[in-house]
Amino acid sequence: MHTSTGDDQRFVVEMSAITIRFPGVLALDGVDLRLRPGEVHALLGENGAGKSTLIKALTGVYAIDEGTIVVAGEHRVFGSAADAQSAGISTVYQEINLCPNLSVGENVMLGHESRTVRGIDWRATHRAAAEHLASLGVTIDTQSMLGSHSIAVQQLVAISRAMVLDARVLILDEPTSSLDREEVDRLFAVVRGLRDRGVAILFVTHFLDQVYEISDRITVLRNGRLVGEYPAAELSRGDLVTKMIGRVLDDLEAISASAERSVDRSVTPVLRAESIGRRGVLDPADIDVYRGEVVGIAGLLGSGRTELVRLLYGADRADTGTVEINGERTKVTNPRRAIERRIAFSSENRRSEGIIADLTVGENIVLGIQARRGWLRRVRRAERDAVVAEYMSALGVRPADPDRIAGELSGGNQQKVLLARWLATAPELIILDEPTRGIDVGAKADIQAKVAELAEQGLSVIFISSELEEVLRLAQRVVVMRDRRKIGVLESATVDVDGVIDFMATHDMAAQGAAPAGPDGARSEGSVA
Amino acid sequence: MTRWMRHRLFLPVVSLVALILVNAIARPRFVQITVRDGELYGALIDILRNSAPLMLVALGMTVVIATRGIDLSVGAVMAVSGAVALTIIDGSSDPGNVGTVLVAIVVSVLVALVLGAWNGFLVAVLEIQPIIATLVLMLAGRGVALLITDGFITTVTSPPLKYVASGHLLGLPFALFISVAAIALIALMERRTALGVLTEAVGINPEASRLTGVRSRGIILGAYVVSGTFAGVAGVIYSSNIMAADANAAGELIELYAILAVVLGGTSLTGGKFSIAGTVIGVLIIQTLQSTILFLGVSSAESPVFFAFVVILVVLIQSPRVYQVARRMTGGRRHHPAPEVTTGVEVTS
Repeated sequence: MHTSTGDDQRFVVEMSAITIRFPGVLALDGVDLRLRPGEVHALLGENGAGKSTLIKALTGVYAIDEGTIVVAGEHRVFGSAADAQSAGISTVYQEINLCPNLSVGENVMLGHESRTVRGIDWRATHRAAAEHLASLGVTIDTQSMLGSHSIAVQQLVAISRAMVLDARVLILDEPTSSLDREEVDRLFAVVRGLRDRGVAILFVTHFLDQVYEISDRITVLRNGRLVGEYPAAELSRGDLVTKMIGRVLDDLEAISASAERSVDRSVTPVLRAESIGRRGVLDPADIDVYRGEVVGIAGLLGSGRTELVRLLYGADRADTGTVEINGERTKVTNPRRAIERRIAFSSENRRSEGIIADLTVGENIVLGIQARRGWLRRVRRAERDAVVAEYMSALGVRPADPDRIAGELSGGNQQKVLLARWLATAPELIILDEPTRGIDVGAKADIQAKVAELAEQGLSVIFISSELEEVLRLAQRVVVMRDRRKIGVLESATVDVDGVIDFMATHDMAAQGAAPAGPDGARSEGSVA
Repeated sequence: MTRWMRHRLFLPVVSLVALILVNAIARPRFVQITVRDGELYGALIDILRNSAPLMLVALGMTVVIATRGIDLSVGAVMAVSGAVALTIIDGSSDPGNVGTVLVAIVVSVLVALVLGAWNGFLVAVLEIQPIIATLVLMLAGRGVALLITDGFITTVTSPPLKYVASGHLLGLPFALFISVAAIALIALMERRTALGVLTEAVGINPEASRLTGVRSRGIILGAYVVSGTFAGVAGVIYSSNIMAADANAAGELIELYAILAVVLGGTSLTGGKFSIAGTVIGVLIIQTLQSTILFLGVSSAESPVFFAFVVILVVLIQSPRVYQVARRMTGGRRHHPAPEVTTGVEVTS
């Protein structure tokens, strides 16, 4: 249609003035999105800004109420995702939508198998799959079961599948949220390759670093409206955040003061674990947490950070080590034991190990208290309403409706509900594993501020995050982990992000026997990673 | 105005009422209730009376399904409990004694409870898939019942036992009181305590529940104990009805009817949210349908087909998909506001 930009480049996708109404809500209000061939285009906005809705409008999952979609110069209205796919628009979701119990080759080629008169030629099919994968730099056994591979590899398989379908537009919806750094690098290498082949890539993420690392252009949405489209090089990070949330963020600056607070470590720690470990999962490690202290755990995905806290909480059983809680030797063999000792644990897998999606927000919040009391002593209505109202407002859960089904809330709000569930049980120590992953900037700041506030009031916290800035902002001490073992403890006042990264890197040399060993664990050189 | 139409029991209730109306129109006598010797009689009363075994079994099944499980052994448990009760009564010197019958009932229900605990142990502790775990007892149970009765169909003459299924109390069938007591017991247990919501939590997300400190093992085991115990009571009612212990016919296919009742009542087979009232209505729908078949004189060869046909109809009426399509077809022409069609996101204030 008519484009008012001076850009001569043809758009492969041009969505204009898209409006979608849900009952009572204007989900999208006249939003434009234009994708050029051979660019990586980031679509950004807080949760609920309309990113997913826009993608679903493009891929035919939602019908649009107003506006036009032009794909490769033609007006299109897609009736289904399959329609969109055959028009060259493929989507790779965060939760892989392939068949985990089929082989890699079958997944890549599904519906496009090589055929002969005698039916499917599986050899040729797998060969073709291997070629497609190899063209993305992936070499894996195409006969292996998809589900046996990591999420990162599954994503690459999903992208290969999109290429088999001859995609001109590839939508990556939060592809990196469960990947570690190396996996992200690998994914980005593939994305750059596709971009150079002229594929338009729409990239949705919450990681701003990654936006700047790979994107050529950025479209920002807020509250269902278009804020604007910007070349990535011309939009500073600060401006971007301001555009996303509509207000300037200095809350985070205030939080960092909290890390500098001094913690009394002359007393008995709330938790002290000595050489706690489990064969093949975690080398024996020590950790202690004092009253009112935030201990951060820094480490890549798979470094053993989640494994360590799961052992502390009794979610998995430790086979070595001792645990003292407030000076008293105890065995934490299952979560109930931990809860009785006033330890709370919020898992990194919000959906599968945290939220009870079909129950209401109120039921979810009160579940922690209820589980502690047992089934016979039901939390009474009035008490329940009071607790729920208190924590919902303290944490700013939106929408502020306790009867809403929890699964309908955005990730950030679900995380707040989980935090509310645990805080309502009045824990002495709360373990938060990636509480800010995959949630929007505003909710991230809210959660960090709350953690800092609670710690100041005397709550002990173990805080795990892939974002080192976050760990350093909150924690007084940082436990650094790598390759399933603890490699040391840093005072956060004395290091910055680069310092932590350096420490992880020097440990590489330590493992090779060059540098002095870390406080513990580092001696176990030669153990299997 | 349409709030009550959106209630999740709306369609089950409509189905039940429609079924009764069809009967009443075909034969007005269907809704007649007569009083004889101070006792109520009529087709509707019969439905309430005859539905007792299915009601008990379906209530237990509801709780099990809510935990993501299924209990295929209920029919076999009914057979065992009937066999135990009748063998005790048959072996006693005074089969007509109320005490004897009470002992027989208590022992047989306790045996059923143990069988339920066995199922629960397999599922909750050994973590065997529920369908397989309960299949074991489904297949073995009738054999056990035959062993108890030495392979015979034990028959007794015992007025107190006969009273359980055929007696009247305050003008109403005694079996109805058992049903109502079971409904009340389950409703109190699940909804007045926290058992219901904890059961739902375990059914919706077992791992999240475990990490939150919910005793999921106990809750799952308890569900099978409830199911087994209720099946045991159902077995006693069944034997009382025919005054015999028939190891092969007792509770035949009742597991499938119970599952059907639960689903008709709006509880999903994938576990989680469950509705006791829904199950009650589901049972009444099935029982009314079976009476309809008798009442309309459908031949025994045709009755399964007739039954299946009506069930499909009821399921279709309750299918959200069919509902949506119907709305779109009629709504498009009449220019109804669009929102209702695209629900899924419910909006409040």
